[in-house]
Amino acid sequence: AAAILPRYICGGSRATQAKQRPHLNLNHTLRYPSLTHFSFSSDLFCRRRTRGEFARPSMEIIDAELRLGPPGSGGDAAFGSQKKRSSSTVAAAATSEASGTDDHDAAPASKVQVVGWPPVGAYRKSTFQSASASAAKESKGAGEAGQRGGLYVKVSMDGAPYLRKVDLRTYGGYGELRAALDALFGCFSSCSGPSPDNGQFAMAYEDKDGDLMLAGDVPWDMFISSCKRLRIMRSSEAR
Amino acid sequence: PAASLSTPSSPDALPAAAASPRAPPARASRRVASPGPATARAAPMGRGGARDGAAAAPPWHSLPDEVLEHAFSFLPAAADRGAAAAVCHGWLGAERRSRRRLAVANCYAAAPRDAVDRFPSVRAAEVKGKPHFADFGLVPPAWGAEAAPWVAAAADGWPLLEELSFKRMVVTDECLEMIASSFRNFQVLRLVSCEGFSTAGLAAITEGCRNLRELDLQENYIEDCSSHWLSYFPESFTSLETLNFSCLEGEVNFAVLERLVSRCRNLKTLKLNNAIPLDKVASLLRKAPQLVELGTGKFSAEYHSDLFAKLEAAFAGCKSLRRLSGAWDAVPDYLPAFYCVCEGLTSLNLSYATVRGPELIKFISRCKNLQQLWVMDLIEDHGLAVVAGSCSKLQELRVFPSDPFGAGQVLLTERGLVDVSASCPMLESVLYFCGQMTNEALITIAKNRPNFTCFRLCILEPRTPDYVTRESLDAGFSAIVESCKGLRRLSVSGLLTDLVFKSIGANGNCLEMLSIAFAGNSDLGLHYILSGCKTLKKLEIRDCPFGNKPLLANAAKLETMRSLWMSSCSLTLGACRQLAEKMPRLTVEIMNDPGRTCPVESLPDDSPVETLYVYRTIAGPRSDTPDYVQIV
Repeated sequence: AAAILPRYICGGSRATQAKQRPHLNLNHTLRYPSLTHFSFSSDLFCRRRTRGEFARPSMEIIDAELRLGPPGSGGDAAFGSQKKRSSSTVAAAATSEASGTDDHDAAPASKVQVVGWPPVGAYRKSTFQSASASAAKESKGAGEAGQRGGLYVKVSMDGAPYLRKVDLRTYGGYGELRAALDALFGCFSSCSGPSPDNGQFAMAYEDKDGDLMLAGDVPWDMFISSCKRLRIMRSSEAR
Repeated sequence: PAASLSTPSSPDALPAAAASPRAPPARASRRVASPGPATARAAPMGRGGARDGAAAAPPWHSLPDEVLEHAFSFLPAAADRGAAAAVCHGWLGAERRSRRRLAVANCYAAAPRDAVDRFPSVRAAEVKGKPHFADFGLVPPAWGAEAAPWVAAAADGWPLLEELSFKRMVVTDECLEMIASSFRNFQVLRLVSCEGFSTAGLAAITEGCRNLRELDLQENYIEDCSSHWLSYFPESFTSLETLNFSCLEGEVNFAVLERLVSRCRNLKTLKLNNAIPLDKVASLLRKAPQLVELGTGKFSAEYHSDLFAKLEAAFAGCKSLRRLSGAWDAVPDYLPAFYCVCEGLTSLNLSYATVRGPELIKFISRCKNLQQLWVMDLIEDHGLAVVAGSCSKLQELRVFPSDPFGAGQVLLTERGLVDVSASCPMLESVLYFCGQMTNEALITIAKNRPNFTCFRLCILEPRTPDYVTRESLDAGFSAIVESCKGLRRLSVSGLLTDLVFKSIGANGNCLEMLSIAFAGNSDLGLHYILSGCKTLKKLEIRDCPFGNKPLLANAAKLETMRSLWMSSCSLTLGACRQLAEKMPRLTVEIMNDPGRTCPVESLPDDSPVETLYVYRTIAGPRSDTPDYVQIV
């Protein structure tokens, strides 16, 4: 699956969603308020690596304590002492951790992946994946312009024992997705009217920031680029 | 006082208030000759005064302020104004009262209130926050660099402020609201690599700033609250000249955008985000054929001949288009739509474009007047050879990596850079990411292009030697610094020993910024740099075996520099303490474990320091450090 990377690593602002702005009189499109979305310092710093960030094994290193203690004390792999290893041992550590952390279909870690290297801005990192994806597409042939290979996400339904996986790229829009999920879970067939608000279940998804969002707000293209996981919730829970 | 005269004040550190006054001597002509050339430039009246003696014209040191201020208005460069201000009390007062532009390159070098008090007539201010390596994720979040104190101070002391620019700072929605409500003639807002605000803050700006000319958002992290911020521009609002929202991830109300573009006849720069599809780009162009700079946002769609015709017609109408950029997942078939503007283009930013192949090269080769080219390494060596042949006016080249961790399918080597440096006589700035390099290539480049002012080479794999001779790249980089006498910015990479730093220290006489990573083999390397490089302002080092001794031996040098960053080197806490004690006008910051509870005071002197960030300041230690930053 071509994982789409978050565009910015050093995010972190105060929870502006929850604030009231009466004098601006804005019409917020309220999403599910997520209390864990913005938090400071170490929490966000650690969360970065779970966000589908580029699966660099050394993110495990940065996630551990940045210790100021004398070298050798403390059990955890300290940021400092890791860095002081020669590049060969870093490479060994990288390859040994690569198998564990490779959740997404990132490029195989054949080179040593060091934090902050190569010195390319966070905004540019998102082009890495798409560049290699476009290269792969061109090598496959120009048959499917725009198709990039499967984008599989897990689908869970409240109350169902097993999860399923669907390829978001095979659907042209929300309607087709609903139909497909209905075929898998039989969740939407009970709803009477055309409006998706009726019925027992609502389609929600987890985006790349980890927030739970109601599906259908954003254009389809934007949805598939940010959706990491689908969840079919009971309507009573959803509102 | 003598010291402050001989070193002209740099734009970031304000001249220390009481340092410079010296009673002007009776003989004016001697005074004119002694300080640096900058002050001589600033004293045309001095010569006149000396010629007349004390008889007809008033002596130069008692000229009325208006005359002085008028003279200073011909000194746009902040360094020159700083030098003029250091001449005497009178000039200090006249200069600071008439200063219109202020650039604070380190937001912690001075307190915002002091800056506002000192320069009360500022109309345009630029403030930079976090260290440069924050761009690469080496600075954890909540480090600081809040824009709020600066906005608050400006709101108090600069009611006529027109321009505000923040780089690598935390700008909140409250800041934006304060900006919108405090400055009645606010015109230009530029935010580069900032974070902490949302589209709600943008709405405050668009609603409140009736004279807004430029809204330039470059590579910020903007939280998406709603898409309606554009709608807050009143229908009568027509003064917009620059609109750049390319970093915005969310949707934008296209109808509103179209109306805005139609009524702002002075719109010169428009940079769209990825949410605007291709056909909408075409219709926007038809509404704004006077555009000089266009960022197309996401430029990808399946090929349709009618859409192609639409685009081609739209671009044909843009006779003034000079700068083009965009995030092009471009289907190469659309590139010919741009052919009509190629001749006029001076700047092309394809650094987010994953398009490759012959169409790309054909497109670039038609841009004969290109001065600035940013591409991805997908252009490959043969593409750069074509660029070398076609774009003879090229001044700046940046080549970014597309897949640095991949299996190396990209055929970009040192050959490309050699070709471009050989054939583009005006090339002076290079940023080049590649996988391999040789000393011979670097020596050839140095010989071809002694006019480099900025040379940044990043070999993707750390400590890579010359791939032919397996030697270090010392000889190559030494050739660069020896040949390019005007080099102001240098980034080195590959396998390097202390010898290259000896060369840089000895020859880098104009060098202002130096970036080093995975290089050197002993303390000597750092010592060469700090004891040489007379004009060095910013030094950033990571993963080098540099220790305490050169730092302490060259402590005084650090006060002549703006900042020093050292991460993953061999520093210990004791040296940092000594440095802090020895140099009270430096702030010595140490970054450590975010979860740490025990304070740094209790740690022994030989504890290793992971990240050191030292900068000069007249404001004392900052008070907004997070727990993982300790000021020694």
